[in-house]
Amino acid sequence: MKDKLLNLAFRYGAVVVIIGVIAFFSFRLPYFFTYGNLTDILGSITIVTFVAIGVTLSLVVDGFDLSVGSTVSLTTVGAASLMIWYEQPLWVVIIVPLILGAIIGLVNAFLIVKLRIPDLLATLAVMYIVGGIHKTYAAGYTIYNHMEFPDGTKAPGEMSAAFLQLGQGKWFGIPISAVLLIIAVALVHIFLTRTKYGRQMYVTGGNEEAARLSGIKVKRVRTLAYVASGVFAAIGGIIYASRVGSGQIDAGSPLLMESVAAVFVGFSVFGAGKPNVIGTFIGSVLIGVLVNGLTMMNLQYFTHDIVKGIVLVLALAVTFYVLNRSRT
Amino acid sequence: MASSFQLEMSGIGKQFGGVPALHAVDFTVHGGQIHALLGANGAGKSTLMKILSGAYQPDSGRIAADGTELHITSPAAAKQHGIHCVYQEVDSALVPQLSVAENVMLDALSSGQGSMWVNYRSMDKQVKAILSRLDDSIDIHKKVYELSLAQKQIVLLARILSQDAKVIIFDEPTAPLSDSECEAFFRMMHSLKDAGVACIFITHRLPEVLEHSDMVTVMRDGRKVYTGRTQEITGDGIIGHMLGKTFEEEFPKKDTVIGDVLLQAEGVKRGHKVRGADLEVRRGEIVAVVGLVGAGKTELARILSGADQPDEGSIYLKGKKLSLKQPADAVSAGIVSIPEERRKEGIFIHESVDLNLSIPVLNQVSRLGFISRKKEKALSAKMIGALGVKAASGSQLVKFLSGGNQQKLAIGKWLDSGAEVFIFDEPTKGVDIGAKSDIFRIIGDLADAGKGILYFTCELAEGLGIGDRIAVMSGGTISKVFARGEATQAQLLYYASGGLEEDHEG
Repeated sequence: MKDKLLNLAFRYGAVVVIIGVIAFFSFRLPYFFTYGNLTDILGSITIVTFVAIGVTLSLVVDGFDLSVGSTVSLTTVGAASLMIWYEQPLWVVIIVPLILGAIIGLVNAFLIVKLRIPDLLATLAVMYIVGGIHKTYAAGYTIYNHMEFPDGTKAPGEMSAAFLQLGQGKWFGIPISAVLLIIAVALVHIFLTRTKYGRQMYVTGGNEEAARLSGIKVKRVRTLAYVASGVFAAIGGIIYASRVGSGQIDAGSPLLMESVAAVFVGFSVFGAGKPNVIGTFIGSVLIGVLVNGLTMMNLQYFTHDIVKGIVLVLALAVTFYVLNRSRT
Repeated sequence: MASSFQLEMSGIGKQFGGVPALHAVDFTVHGGQIHALLGANGAGKSTLMKILSGAYQPDSGRIAADGTELHITSPAAAKQHGIHCVYQEVDSALVPQLSVAENVMLDALSSGQGSMWVNYRSMDKQVKAILSRLDDSIDIHKKVYELSLAQKQIVLLARILSQDAKVIIFDEPTAPLSDSECEAFFRMMHSLKDAGVACIFITHRLPEVLEHSDMVTVMRDGRKVYTGRTQEITGDGIIGHMLGKTFEEEFPKKDTVIGDVLLQAEGVKRGHKVRGADLEVRRGEIVAVVGLVGAGKTELARILSGADQPDEGSIYLKGKKLSLKQPADAVSAGIVSIPEERRKEGIFIHESVDLNLSIPVLNQVSRLGFISRKKEKALSAKMIGALGVKAASGSQLVKFLSGGNQQKLAIGKWLDSGAEVFIFDEPTKGVDIGAKSDIFRIIGDLADAGKGILYFTCELAEGLGIGDRIAVMSGGTISKVFARGEATQAQLLYYASGGLEEDHEG
């Protein structure tokens, strides 16, 4: 009986909590359950969810990528500077940050797969290095349209309307970036569950030695997971630059823990018990709903972290308690 | 100096889940003696020694030292009575980051008694005094991770001597050592003996027993079958006692056409465990590689399947030299393995039967990278039928299957992969009789289909039953190869125990 209850809580707990939270806010706040507000919530979670997709992929291969936050910072500043300092065309502004993300992923993979540094430590180090690089590159300034340099000259360029569409544009009230996000979630979900590459990633993460002896090139699989993680963080960074219309220093730092929280909440969605991208998306939605509702209830900004932390602890408690029971 | 100390185990019985492991075993050791304990795998040696060292509790019987009964309820209690054990894995008992001196004094440091301050100067003095009895060439300030395996053993012994040791159990201490290290080890064991310690020496190597021990006890099937002075028995006599009268199992052996050489290994070496092994297997041939635990079988199997890289030597497939950097290279060349640690290495126990069976052949069940669930189901259903796997459905999780059915999956996943060489490492370990004969049948069918089979096992009877040729492995080399029907279990055991015709290493 107790076991059954636990399993039910494990399977549907996260979903019930989300529905409960939405119901609660809808009841208390007249403007909460409106089309405009719901699409706003969707818009507010796109960047962190893109980052969280990358974190999901690194967790699928039983790794961990702490460097995603600073990758977002670097690519945000990179994209903004390419447009504002160097007046590059749109495709360059998008391609170069993606390449940067992939390179950071390769560096992570080199440290972890080749030099065998534990993933947390390797990506922690890379997080510092990348964070330092982006601040050095921007010389500590936020990059905005026609910004003034210390020597009195002005930056030549500004963000083009096409680029701003990416983060600010809407189709029928739905942010374009949110549409892109949903497409990405669907594609990654299909990739992970329906393709042989996704299968190889999961079994590599589940039991690396058995996967290796089954003829899977586990080093390559793990490398690709880290590269994908970097690329998704870069997408988050590009959208960030477009959303705020400037290149903010340290934009990505708060995104790291938030995306990790979304992924771990996702562990418990539908009782998956493993990293999965649908769960990650739902986890992100839960956090977005909470932040939105709490803001509308006029709770101060800094109390949000307490709520996010408690949600994360609850999700982790359910997931790991049930998982450990079923394993022993 | 022979001491009068005497430790007596009498009528020791032990069951595991209803299966008797020991039947009323009597075993007595005296101070100042080296007592060799022998027996085939599963004879009950380790169980007996684990009872003595407090790891297990006996169901019946008593243990007494000099006539007073001992109640050994835990390893700590055994140590208090002066009974210590040197396990084969010395690394698990030492703290690599600490110095030699700190490791030797670890028990004193970790006990609740004494001062909270560490007096390094007096500690050094004590440690030097102890080490001078064993081997004073070790720098006591070195960190343990810098030491060789043999030196680590000495440190572990020194730690035991730092307490008042009366009985020391050595569990296959020489298996990982080189020849010169072995000599040093035996010098050390003799000096312990001279100091009045009772040494219990578990080994598979007969020459060591005959040369160094004073007493021999042989166990078989959970019983003590022989105890006597070493001078009064020969190597053949010991082997006779170890084997006893065993009934041969029935093996459904087919006669197959044996073709060209498929896989060939020449002078393969890796570390201490594999020291220059030569081996070949032909089409349609089952080569049984038999050897006792610690002979280097698993290590050789891992090298041949690409899981580990050899330090020296070469591997050829159909005459072409292979360079195996990872198992994927071996798999794509057509060499597949069914590893010994099946739950850890052979299958994915938290996943479904379908997934386990399709992993090596994902290409066959997918198009443009997309897995076809239909094809995967069909493949899995075919394999489940062919192998006789007892599973509710293909979506059942593998962790709920029996060991034998799990093993069938570990084999079955390779059947459609187009592999030509199958490397089995102890495939019948932990498998019930019914599944065992299924596995033999599957292996026979593979040989019949022209595959080359390497069958690594420590069960001599199994090797004799299944092999077209039987290669005996001992001390990291193939010491002897017999054709089918040429060998008896006694001969296999003789060569497996280190009875060499000539020294292959020379």
